[in-house]
Amino acid sequence: MDSHYYNPKDLGKFGQIADWDKPLADKFFEWYGAVFEEGALTAREKALIALAVAHTVQCPYCIDAYASDCLQRGVSNEQMMEALHVAAAIRGGASLVHGVQMMNKVQKLSM
Amino acid sequence: MARRAPLANTEYQRALLADNPGIPDFEEQLKSCGLFPLKPAALEIFQVNIGYMCNQLCAHCHVDAGPDRTEMMTRQTMEQCLRALQHADVTTLDITGGAPEMHPDFRWFVSRAAETGVKEIMLRSNLTIIVANKKYNDLPGFFAANRVRVISSLPYFQRDRTDRQRGEGVFDKSIEALALLNAQGYGMPGKSLVLDLVYNPAGAFLPGPQAALEKEFRARLLDPYGIHFTRLLALTNLPISRFLEYLVATDNLDDYMQLLVSSFNPTAVHGVMCRNTVSVAWDGSLYDCDFNQMLRLRPEMCAGHVAGFDAVAWNQRTIALARHCFGCTAGAGSSCQGSTS
Repeated sequence: MDSHYYNPKDLGKFGQIADWDKPLADKFFEWYGAVFEEGALTAREKALIALAVAHTVQCPYCIDAYASDCLQRGVSNEQMMEALHVAAAIRGGASLVHGVQMMNKVQKLSM
Repeated sequence: MARRAPLANTEYQRALLADNPGIPDFEEQLKSCGLFPLKPAALEIFQVNIGYMCNQLCAHCHVDAGPDRTEMMTRQTMEQCLRALQHADVTTLDITGGAPEMHPDFRWFVSRAAETGVKEIMLRSNLTIIVANKKYNDLPGFFAANRVRVISSLPYFQRDRTDRQRGEGVFDKSIEALALLNAQGYGMPGKSLVLDLVYNPAGAFLPGPQAALEKEFRARLLDPYGIHFTRLLALTNLPISRFLEYLVATDNLDDYMQLLVSSFNPTAVHGVMCRNTVSVAWDGSLYDCDFNQMLRLRPEMCAGHVAGFDAVAWNQRTIALARHCFGCTAGAGSSCQGSTS
């Protein structure tokens, strides 16, 4: 076993999850492929969403994959960083909006 | 060359590419999908590299071109090219370099080629040469007079990525040159003068889908620059010369080669440029493509020099293959005409 949890080369082995359960893996990869096809959103827009979500779920494999994908699709550095700020704003906002719950509880318990 | 980099040596490049046990041989890859031997298709493109001198020093240049390169095609070899062009049934003369416009006989060569009646004369221009010196400012008019199709390198629609690949100030000069070409009618809607842009990634990644990139480029060059163009051709950087040097220096070589191999697309093999092209070097020697020319990788079974060019024999040759060929078959494929599939 490696002495660390994440190995960049493991991203290329993603397909190996099928070794232990092929039917479910096949369903997943087929669905995954369909999700990223051109649709009402362009593949480029989907790559930017994926990049932002990758940072939200903090998946280093996804960050590598979608940073590369965005580069390939001609996304600018500024566009990538703006997408990250959207993700970060939602994360930050999600914490802060719970402040209302905190305030409600504090007000209920206070004289 | 001027930097005396070890990778300026073609044998060193070939050895470096061959010495990678994790990468399959390209020939074996073709065999595994029944595509070996790779046979030539009908010859369509007569590509002539008239010299390696260039006013730019791009970080990815497969020619290792620059102001210090003195290799230049002689008038005699140009005449041999014109004779071969007249006898070969090809559609396109593709003039490349270096910056071909810097060759003292460039205009003579183009004018004579136009007289041969070849259907299309294509010029690979780096754009900045047009505004580099007063004597080049009238080039757009010369191109138009000879109905030259202009193919111009522009790796990105923003300054930073373009200048990192092609040199400080190149983006602004390229926009200036594109405006001059547009003013001549090149790339303008409803006009027949063709101005294609070449996109190649400014780094160790593949080009994305050509059509989507073209749409993005079109919007971003129109606003704010007011630039029009005909088509965008997406090319993959092949791991040779300066781009190979970059891959080695940034520890990206193994990952990039793995990326090319894992993106191998059998469908793209049919459209690779070596199948329908003859590449003539500045000294008249013949190669399957411009990349093999730079690696000094000669095809088997052919006369070897443009003076004795025989189109029938050329189409019976064995195309020389090596691991850099994975660059032309990755993803949507890559040729001098953009994506191949």
